[in-house]
Amino acid sequence: MSELTGMTAAQLAGLIAAGDTSAVEVTRAHLDRIAGVDERVHAYLHVDADGALAAAQAVDTARAAGQPLGPLAGVPIAVKDVVTTKGVPTTAGSKILDGWRPPYDATIVARLRAAGMPILGKTNMDEFAMGSSTEYSAYGPTYNPWDLTRIPGGSGGGSAAAVAGYEAPLAIGTDTGGSIRQPGAVTGTVGAKPTYGGTSRYGLIAFSSSLDTPGPCARTVLDAAMLHEAIAGHDPRDSTSIPAAVPPVVEAARAGASGDLTGVRLGLVTQFATGEGVEPGVLAAFRDAVDALTKLGAEVVEVSCPHFDYALPAYYLIAPSECSSNLARYDGVRYGLRSGDDGNRSLEEVMSLTRDQGFGPEVKRRIMLGTYALSSGYYDAYYGQAQKVRTLITRDFTAAFEQVDVLISPTTPFVAFPLGARTADPYQMYLADLFTIPTNLYGGPAISVPCGLADGLPVGLQVMAPTMADDRMYRVAAALESAVGTLTPPEL
Amino acid sequence: MSTTALPTYEDVVARYEPVIGLETHVELGTNTKMFCGCPTGFGAEPNTQVCPVCLGLPGSLPVANKAAIEATIRIGLALNCSIADWCRFARKNYFYPDMPKNYQISQYDEPLCVDGWLDVEVDGELVRIGIERVHLEEDTGKTLHVGGATGRIHGATESLVDYNRAGIPLVEIVTKPIPGTGDRAPQVARAYVTELRDVIRSLGVSDVRMEQGSLRCDVNTSLTPVGQTEWGTRTETKNVNSLRSVERAVRAEMLRQASVLDTGGRIVQETRHFHEDSGDTTSGRSKETATDYRYFPEPDLVPLAPDAAWVAELKAALPELPRVHRKRLQEQWGLTDHDMQSVVNAGAVELIEQTIVAGTTPAGARKWWLGELARRANESGAELTALGVTPAHVAELQGLVDSGKLNDKLARTVLEAVAAGEGTPTEVMTAKGLGVVSDTGALTAAVDEAIAANPDIAAKVRDGKVAAAGALVGAVMKTTKGQADARTVRELILSRLGAQG
Repeated sequence: MSELTGMTAAQLAGLIAAGDTSAVEVTRAHLDRIAGVDERVHAYLHVDADGALAAAQAVDTARAAGQPLGPLAGVPIAVKDVVTTKGVPTTAGSKILDGWRPPYDATIVARLRAAGMPILGKTNMDEFAMGSSTEYSAYGPTYNPWDLTRIPGGSGGGSAAAVAGYEAPLAIGTDTGGSIRQPGAVTGTVGAKPTYGGTSRYGLIAFSSSLDTPGPCARTVLDAAMLHEAIAGHDPRDSTSIPAAVPPVVEAARAGASGDLTGVRLGLVTQFATGEGVEPGVLAAFRDAVDALTKLGAEVVEVSCPHFDYALPAYYLIAPSECSSNLARYDGVRYGLRSGDDGNRSLEEVMSLTRDQGFGPEVKRRIMLGTYALSSGYYDAYYGQAQKVRTLITRDFTAAFEQVDVLISPTTPFVAFPLGARTADPYQMYLADLFTIPTNLYGGPAISVPCGLADGLPVGLQVMAPTMADDRMYRVAAALESAVGTLTPPEL
Repeated sequence: MSTTALPTYEDVVARYEPVIGLETHVELGTNTKMFCGCPTGFGAEPNTQVCPVCLGLPGSLPVANKAAIEATIRIGLALNCSIADWCRFARKNYFYPDMPKNYQISQYDEPLCVDGWLDVEVDGELVRIGIERVHLEEDTGKTLHVGGATGRIHGATESLVDYNRAGIPLVEIVTKPIPGTGDRAPQVARAYVTELRDVIRSLGVSDVRMEQGSLRCDVNTSLTPVGQTEWGTRTETKNVNSLRSVERAVRAEMLRQASVLDTGGRIVQETRHFHEDSGDTTSGRSKETATDYRYFPEPDLVPLAPDAAWVAELKAALPELPRVHRKRLQEQWGLTDHDMQSVVNAGAVELIEQTIVAGTTPAGARKWWLGELARRANESGAELTALGVTPAHVAELQGLVDSGKLNDKLARTVLEAVAAGEGTPTEVMTAKGLGVVSDTGALTAAVDEAIAANPDIAAKVRDGKVAAAGALVGAVMKTTKGQADARTVRELILSRLGAQG
């Protein structure tokens, strides 16, 4: 880790703006770091050194010409490989998109470019964002910088590991059931899922359209808020994008850093507070953090959200249902992998073989689940019922937010587990998202912020806020960060 | 299945009650596609009117076209439907290479317009056709199967896909089942599609051209033995690409089903393919093993909630219904019900209307469209609009006749060349030298020649047997190759022979 790679995004932006360093130097430092450690971490699937340096040079040139720079100009960033980048390989961690170079930029990528942020490369992930350990990547797992024998969480393990391992100061993640927050928690970094519709999905390769939300990965709450602000805001290309002003998240993060939470009411979800299924170390770190928050002036009350118990099953009907339809387009006809087109097979056989060879086991499992759940005769019992549960969970949130400003919980029930520990039993893997999934079903924002260690491994605390009140969670997260500090992994 | 021993149509309708139903797809004429900004023009080079959205590239998202929603609501209103105050798009999931996403964004249990009707006129009588629903969806691409004998996927060695059409807004209009039309079922089907086409055209939301596929029709047909109450199993006939085919397809399917039922067979619920050349239908895919489309609400789009005031505004601004419009034209043109019906049956209302606008009398316009042009249309099995002759052409042609530059026979020759694309009537007349010979010097010479060659006939005419002049006229017409005006020739002959006409 060099001096530059150890800095936060806010610090780097300040140095670049002041002319104390250049965007090219900062980008080069990160490319060097990647070259030095990524063989062991495997956070990246593709590094775009040329593209990143050219973007950095453009920022330096603009600065030299006296042009005004954005708040994150020159700060390099890693992008989860599920977000399209024009001309740069985008695989979503799947063999089926091997070699595909999108002809267009996702809206958030276009915003990163407009903000003068060099894109270092594309980060590893569970195939099509389905998984909680990045072990379902078709290109091999990512290793947790805290302990290379352990998983970095998922699906956005690559983005979290890149940030935790100082291979990027910032990264873009996407969160469908916890894919930003759970990796954030187990890598000791900050991960935020904005309000659904607060960040554009245009160019985000769909897993579950009604849940997918792009958001920031960072090492500090302020950095996350700055990135959040850079990518958020209405996008006419996404019908589900909210046409409203971006909540003042940077301002809230700065305000929270003062450490004063007087008058803020925090809700402990009863259903999560029992500690059942939660590792003792995680529970202990969480309870210490709650004490710390209380000392900052926050009032902590218990709130019952009775339908949260049904969130996991509802999620595992809705997300697979949508994915079974979203992933139908990968058939080898137009782009990506095509298998068995030898002149002897019919179109149907080629499509079928392509999908058989192109998709991994977890993706196939969810396509099967979703296809079944949407089938005529089963729709009402499965997809229809799950949508009703979703409504009830939303009502739980709405009722809870009448009593408290935000809800808090551990981000995930367990610390980073060893590779291979949960791949044999999908349900054990699904439990990783037990606390993060309700928020996705509701659509509100949530953030995971480091709150301490358990057995030397990071633990995250989750703050959940009402829709479009993303600023509230940043304030609480920044206050907690000011109390417990950031976490630094051992040197790689 | 053999279709050799078909019963007669009269026999079929005596023993069976047909129930028909029609599903019509109309491509809207919006400037841009349903969910992206790509242009919609017909006939562009393959795959030039595409973008990440209509190609369904990973990560792309649809945004609904407001103009298409407006057009659909106007169609619904013209068909007396209720407009939903809240509805959603749904995904229809099935695999097909001309569908970029392998699902079609359509509407399922929440259509934009429901429960309306359309009155159509059959033999001067109004038949009310119930409208089940009108909904909005996106069109698919077009697949061209190469290497097979049939042009269909079976037997093809290669398939080429053009995605220009993918994502063009498509309105689906579904009738309620139409029972009780008896032997007129084929006519009713045709009259409905004709009236629907006219209504949509009057709204200006589509060019509704069956030959270009902007109006496509599937015909459902079933037969119920007379005396039974439960309707028979229906088939869905596709590839019905002209108004004439609508009528023929219903009739063909009635005959086929009757012959199956007569021999103790069972009608299979299936898709059938209509063949324009032979006029019969063959089995397509069976619906009994049909795909489960796994419909669910499209999560990439927000619900549609048309504002009631806006809908009321659209309703108030609807144009006159074609049927009402026709009544007005009939009066203006001074036609009997029967004559007007012939015009309607020929699909010539608008053509005649436009020909009159282009400067011809109603009688002149009607003469051509219902005469020579209708005959040609019947012969070739084409629509009047597909003959290559426009209302402007007809008006110009009749103008040439009225001014004596062409006689009827020459005009028909000119028309043939116009239809063959050789130019406007005036251009054709000039290029081919088909104008009436009006140079009296040349005519007088021809007349004198005819008189000299037929002294006996000439003598009779001089003696007052004026009728005998006809033979001389014929001789002159022969030498002038028909390019003379017969009346002028006759007058000239009589005056040369000192006789009075």
